[in-house]
Amino acid sequence: MEENRKTNSLSFQPALDDFAPASVSERESLVVMRESVSFWRDGIRRFRKNRIAMSALFIVFLIVIFCFIIPMFYPYQYEQQMKGSERLSPMQYSKTEQESMARGEKVFPHFLGTDQNGRDYMIRVLVGGRVSMTVGLVASFLILLIGSVYGSIAGYFGGMVDMIMMRIVDIIYTVPDVLIIILLAQTLKYPLEKLGNAPGFGWIQKLGPNMVSMFLVFALLYWVGMARIVRSQIMVLKQSEYVTAAKALGANDRRIIGKHLIVNCIGTLIVTTTLQIPSSIFTESFLSFLGLGVQAPMPSLGSLASAALNGFQTYPEKLFAPAFLIFVIILSFNLLGDGLRDAFDPKLKQQ
Amino acid sequence: MSEEKYLVDIRHEQLSFFTSAGEVKALNDVSIRMKEGEVLGIVGESGSGKSVTAYSIMGLTAQNGRIVGGSVEFNGHRIDEMKEKELRKIRGSEVSIIFQDPMTSLNPVWTVGNQIEESIRLHTEKRGAEVRKRARELLELVGINEPEKRLGQYPHELSGGMRQRVMIAIALACEPKLLIADEPTTALDVTIQAQILELMQDLKKKLGMGIIMITHDLGVVASMCDNIAVMYAGEIVEYGTTDDIFYRPMHEYTKGLLRSIPKFHEKDYERLIPIEGQPVDLLNPPKGCGFAPRCQSCMKICLAKKPPRTDFDGLHYSRCWLLQKEEFLKNREGELSHV
Amino acid sequence: MPKYIAKRVLMALVTAFLVATLTFFVMNMVPGGPFLAEKAVTPQAQAAMEAKYGLDKPLHVQYLTYMSGLLHGDFGLSLKKRGRTVAQIISTKFPVSARLGGIALLVAVFFGVPFGSVAAFNRGKAVDNVLVVFSTAGIAVPSFLSSTLLMFIFTTKLNLLPSLGLKNPQSYIMPVIALSLYPASYIARLMRSSMLDVMGQDYMRTARAKGVSNFMSIFKHAMRNAILPVITYLGPLLASLMTGSFIIEKIFNIPGLGSEFVGAITSRDYPMIMGTTIFLAVFIIAMNVIVDITYAIVDPRIKLR
Repeated sequence: MEENRKTNSLSFQPALDDFAPASVSERESLVVMRESVSFWRDGIRRFRKNRIAMSALFIVFLIVIFCFIIPMFYPYQYEQQMKGSERLSPMQYSKTEQESMARGEKVFPHFLGTDQNGRDYMIRVLVGGRVSMTVGLVASFLILLIGSVYGSIAGYFGGMVDMIMMRIVDIIYTVPDVLIIILLAQTLKYPLEKLGNAPGFGWIQKLGPNMVSMFLVFALLYWVGMARIVRSQIMVLKQSEYVTAAKALGANDRRIIGKHLIVNCIGTLIVTTTLQIPSSIFTESFLSFLGLGVQAPMPSLGSLASAALNGFQTYPEKLFAPAFLIFVIILSFNLLGDGLRDAFDPKLKQQ
Repeated sequence: MSEEKYLVDIRHEQLSFFTSAGEVKALNDVSIRMKEGEVLGIVGESGSGKSVTAYSIMGLTAQNGRIVGGSVEFNGHRIDEMKEKELRKIRGSEVSIIFQDPMTSLNPVWTVGNQIEESIRLHTEKRGAEVRKRARELLELVGINEPEKRLGQYPHELSGGMRQRVMIAIALACEPKLLIADEPTTALDVTIQAQILELMQDLKKKLGMGIIMITHDLGVVASMCDNIAVMYAGEIVEYGTTDDIFYRPMHEYTKGLLRSIPKFHEKDYERLIPIEGQPVDLLNPPKGCGFAPRCQSCMKICLAKKPPRTDFDGLHYSRCWLLQKEEFLKNREGELSHV
Repeated sequence: MPKYIAKRVLMALVTAFLVATLTFFVMNMVPGGPFLAEKAVTPQAQAAMEAKYGLDKPLHVQYLTYMSGLLHGDFGLSLKKRGRTVAQIISTKFPVSARLGGIALLVAVFFGVPFGSVAAFNRGKAVDNVLVVFSTAGIAVPSFLSSTLLMFIFTTKLNLLPSLGLKNPQSYIMPVIALSLYPASYIARLMRSSMLDVMGQDYMRTARAKGVSNFMSIFKHAMRNAILPVITYLGPLLASLMTGSFIIEKIFNIPGLGSEFVGAITSRDYPMIMGTTIFLAVFIIAMNVIVDITYAIVDPRIKLR
């Protein structure tokens, strides 16, 4: 075993003590381990480092304050018509307002002027933003609910169940969605109005039948994309060891889906839902622009833009204000979704 | 003593990857010499730098990686000084590589024939029917039956073992002087692994090219290699002939590796001994020996200073303070006796 | 392949049937008929009109009559444009929308694919950042904003381009830009992430190890793989271009199928609504089949079954 050793001259002379055995603590002190962090903490850390996504989150937050909270304290109401204050330019005051100002009273300025019915345009844009955001959020939530339940059932059970459920999805997928949306949005409001007069359904009247029909239409058509994504995730996840372990422990299907599978695709669900919000807002504004969305006097960003189209040569700000708000809302939700995906999508993490 | 000619001559290579988290020192003073027709095994765990070393011989380092010190010479070319355009002429002709996963290493949207012929066209003067003929020959060479039919098939239509054979055919298209095999059997079934290894030994006999075998499987190197380099944390901790490494291991890591392979001929109840602990983080490389934190015989000096090289018979050398300790004690005794 | 096409045709027929049925009944849920809005119509005259178009019969009879007509390729008569069949109206209006949509599709692919690829090749550099900012903004611009902005700049301010109609080639410029902005940006984003994904694949490393030039590794090895998600997107894109042009048609006053459809809904022109919906559904399904076949040609792993 013993080999001949060739002498190598050392550049430095070690002391005898250097060859003493190192203690365990000495050894461990040198091991610089990377901090091991959980999936969520790691994702949040990465998200917070992403400056674009953080700014987008901040802007979304600002928009929520502007569209949901400020209108509660705003001195004008969105449906309030002021005689003599029609078609004011931004920051302009009507004669009566100027008179009352001359008397020393304070008049709240019309930051964006007023429309042809003498309604303050600023509050209309803000409330329009609120309507668009509500449609986007509620529709996305419904899509999330229907899509994830449908997708996880199809993915979990597989076989014939999956086959039939997915053929249905295929058919809905090939239907030209916008046509059906227009048709349904237009027709659903009549039965909804009737239903709204029935006892127990007063909330429909409160929300407006148009709004409810729009939720329904989105929920009926757009869940298919979500269902496909969830299904493919579940198909992969159900192969994993911990599902086998849970089955061996006697967990029932509902518990496995709810507790083990859905939880593990929550990252994907959050990302997909966040990216669904802007597309719902987009479709809502599209419908309202065509005059098929929410009904007057309730404003939405699309209907405001549509109404401003005729006079936009003279009052371009009436068109650009709601259009710009849509742009900012959609942009920030998209950037937020991108940031969440970069931070939480495990598939991208590996790269 | 005349300067011997080497196929591969890497001297004190240092290579770093520059990532957002900082500089990752992947290679730290690596030297390798290899003659034509030799088979060298590079053994180590993932992240030890074995693939990075081999890839740098063909200038195939990732975008963010750079050789920051030393030199890399292959077949008379200074690889570290060559431009991408010059490297391209060498790659696939003088040196080729086969990768670990044949499932993903072939382009799914082109036929097998197309991908083999591409290599032939790139580096030879052959055109037209000649190219087709050569591609068919190559498939026969790597033991694929019905070569004419296979040429028209897509990678997904072939089994894993067949795809690895196709990868080998592509690599051998221009009869390279060096074939780098990066864990060529890891992704395959055990029975297929043996077939592929056998094929490589066969081809080596027929074509006489040098082979660098990258693996973490000591069984693979034992059967194929002339020399073995054991790598740990971006350094070669022990180098020697296959016999040196298997019968006279000097480094504690090598000994640990050997203890962790099952031996069937010995007593049944002998336990496998795993190496405890985790590999080092090359973002924060240790001051001393990379293996020290996991070494059972760790000494104070191991944590403070890089161990120097201790040479043995022939090419055999190792870097470990334990080997210097006896030397030191001997010298010290000598000094004392002089006084 | 023939089996696949037969299967898809069958599927298309089922879908068309479902769409037709759904449209028919949903449409009839709306109270009020097509002739209510018109002024000074006596009850007798209205009854006569309804009798003429068969609207006085029970709903299921109307449905059966319509469906059997449909089987013979008969879309019926428009209720609002007297004397013209729905088929006639579609055949004059559809080519207008199709030409506009087709040009917009080409423009979107023509700009989206190279921009996305260039961004991926220069990941993290200034070019990439600029392209990412523009494409992200591009998918956030509603088409009514982009088209009115274009009109405001090029017609009102600069007086360079005609604002209404599609009389000459220049008049296509603004509608096409407005229509293709979103899909071009979307394709650029899709292409960028798909190209980044492909560039990290093992087979790209194999190509490099073979000594393949950059140009060839991009065009031969990367492009064909990276373009697959874009091809998948073309199906939904076509659908949205055909229907998404509604707004563009309204703003630029283009006599296309979109404005016809919206008009038909508000005026309750039942046969027109039915005809347009079924026609567009079948058209989009047919386009999807073509997209699927294209996909299978580009990706040999896909077997059409």
